[in-house]
Amino acid sequence: MKDEGMSRIVKTITSTIFPFIFIYGLYIIAHGHLTPGGGFQGGAVVASGCVMILVAYGSVWMMKKIKEKNLSVLESLGAIGFIGLAFLGLIFGEVFFSNYFANSKFFLFGEEVTFGVPEFANINTAGILPLMNFAVGLKVIAGLFAIVLIMAYATSKNKEGE
Amino acid sequence: MNIYEILLTNSPALIVAIPLLGAFLTPLISRINGKLRNLFAISVLGLTGFFIFWLAANIFIGKETFSYVFGGVETSTVIRIIFEVDALSIFMAIIAIILAFVGTVYSWAFMKDNTGLDKYYTLILLMTTGMLGMVLTGDMFNFFVFLEITSISSCALIAFRTNQGFAIDAGFKYIVISAIGALFVLFAIALLYSQYNALNMAVLANAIKYDFVDKIALVLLVGALAMKAGIVPMHMWLPDAYGRAPAPISLILVGVTQASLYGVLRVVFTVYGGISEILKVNAYLSLGTIVVILAIATMLVGVIMALKQFDFKRMIAYAAVAEIGFMILAIGTGLYLVGVGSLGADMAFKGGVFHIINDALDIGLLFLVAGSVYYATKETSLDKMGGLARNMKYTTIFFIIGLLAVAGMPPMNGFASKLIIYESIYQASPLLSIVAILSSIMLLAVFVKVFHSAFLGPAIPKFKNVKEAPKSMLLAMLLIACLIIFFGLFPDFIINNIVEPATNVLTGGVLS
Amino acid sequence: MTLPFALNIPYIAVALLILLGLYAVIFKRNLIKIVIGITLIESGVNMFLITLGYRKGSIAPIYTSSPGGIMALPVPQALTLTSIVIGVAVLALMLSLVIHLYRHYNTLDVRKIGGGKE
Repeated sequence: MKDEGMSRIVKTITSTIFPFIFIYGLYIIAHGHLTPGGGFQGGAVVASGCVMILVAYGSVWMMKKIKEKNLSVLESLGAIGFIGLAFLGLIFGEVFFSNYFANSKFFLFGEEVTFGVPEFANINTAGILPLMNFAVGLKVIAGLFAIVLIMAYATSKNKEGE
Repeated sequence: MNIYEILLTNSPALIVAIPLLGAFLTPLISRINGKLRNLFAISVLGLTGFFIFWLAANIFIGKETFSYVFGGVETSTVIRIIFEVDALSIFMAIIAIILAFVGTVYSWAFMKDNTGLDKYYTLILLMTTGMLGMVLTGDMFNFFVFLEITSISSCALIAFRTNQGFAIDAGFKYIVISAIGALFVLFAIALLYSQYNALNMAVLANAIKYDFVDKIALVLLVGALAMKAGIVPMHMWLPDAYGRAPAPISLILVGVTQASLYGVLRVVFTVYGGISEILKVNAYLSLGTIVVILAIATMLVGVIMALKQFDFKRMIAYAAVAEIGFMILAIGTGLYLVGVGSLGADMAFKGGVFHIINDALDIGLLFLVAGSVYYATKETSLDKMGGLARNMKYTTIFFIIGLLAVAGMPPMNGFASKLIIYESIYQASPLLSIVAILSSIMLLAVFVKVFHSAFLGPAIPKFKNVKEAPKSMLLAMLLIACLIIFFGLFPDFIINNIVEPATNVLTGGVLS
Repeated sequence: MTLPFALNIPYIAVALLILLGLYAVIFKRNLIKIVIGITLIESGVNMFLITLGYRKGSIAPIYTSSPGGIMALPVPQALTLTSIVIGVAVLALMLSLVIHLYRHYNTLDVRKIGGGKE
């Protein structure tokens, strides 16, 4: 079976490197309201890390471990989180998508923003924006990884002369 | 503020958000049960339809426009997305939700034997979100985003039957042309943003001066949106996409092409409607002439190509192209009459806007009939069918109603709108109205030929045991047929209350 | 307002990218090359959006009060991000359709596919 992945050296190195790529992607998602980045960019970085694992281990093995249904559930949870936060803005703040946590001294993400200070701001600011970044990041990770996994699985089955 | 006031003021956002939430919940609900998912999709669309009709009653009776600012109160220093709902927007939203609801009811029985149905219903709800967002928004970049959402989900639905190679080929052609058109729209939006530092349609309308860069942006916008609306010479994707998609998807695709036509109207009349009078008269004169020439070409190409088809749904697709030609002819004549300075332009615009909803209902009913014939006989080619009227009585009656409506015969709604179009074109040039009447008569000839060869005639032994279509398909066709007859019997009521406020948005300060 | 020539180079690059993309979509026969042509057009339009936001001598717009000089416009960057995401979705859809087409017709030539039940 030629499509069972690459050699043992490649498999070991990718398994070691993958947590660093994952943490770097989560850092980009979490700091989306301060530095360039956000939901889609960080999600694309983590999805690239997952695709690296896919290339090293082979798509047939990966499809047996991670079924496509689980990825679909994760993707739906991310999307429902995003729309749910927008609807909560309707209930709490009387306008759709309103940012009701910002500047409100809530414990999670609600500190005030100090203007006029020429340095990077506090991470504890900007209301529901980091939460929406997490929801979008989860959806992008699940979605992009599912696309590449299904494409790899479909063409590998094709090569064996279905 | 009680609960009704809160719901009414937030309804422009709810109209777009409820199908979106439904589309994201559908994969989770589909893991529980199949029938529950169908009921959930139909009820989400019904709830959205309730909000749309409530908002429409307020707009048509109260004669006001609703605007909704996302994410805060309306300040002037922060860029926010604003939904601006006036009579033309809610008119197109009514058409979109009627087509989506009827299509979903029809799909209950039609797509029963297919796999992957959870993705099908998710994509239908996403396509409805895109269509409703396109017609309700007041921001140019938001319009581009919803245009792309609609074209991506409708391409996936056209290529839904992946066991047939030609359906995937139609989907590929559709997405290539849609993507290039949408990228040109984005280029024109970038040009306008660089000149005026504004993305909102109302702010652009106040600030626009008609110099060279604005003319380039206008040509790019109208050209790309007309390509998505199926105007000759950019109509090549339309017969393939309509003819090879499943029948309820062809129905909802009619709504998508008309939402693109709404985009053309919005750009020409609202964004570019604030320029000074002398420039506007010149611009409308030249634009009107070009649109009338393209409309005549569209009608003739549609009717002549429909005469030589053997495939049922491809023939209806070419008839749809000809009907779009009728709409464009009325609007182009209106533009030309405004440019020349006569007073008949108001009636021309009324005929064009009324024909939008009539065309959606008529062509939609014909697609549903073609779908039920395919469901019963598994054939789409006309020379292999015959004598179906013995076993499929209700389908034959619905086909006769659709045939009379498309050809413009009383008492159907096609007669009312086409009569207004003929009268208003006669003022511009009598020769054009003769061409329009001849196209209608040729459409009648095409469909009478189809009626004779498919429904009348001796019974073919292979089809001796075909059964009538299932109840949900008949219910969907009955809904549209009732609307067609209602619009045909009371056109005055519809024109005075629904079409006239929409036309007043178009003509605005031109004719007052 | 004529710009010095060095600031015109991004706009010339945008024009070249869009023309190359249109050439690939219209004149090439391989399906994958048509998909690449659409990606080229999308890259050109994205670059046009970002170049419009540049002001002479500006820095990245990530501060609340900049340490030196003016900041470039942030709104075109948000528009470009949305456009890149849409481009990814369209690219994924087109490539899935190409995989299906190859499985049905066993060729990637755009003149040999299609034309089934006419």
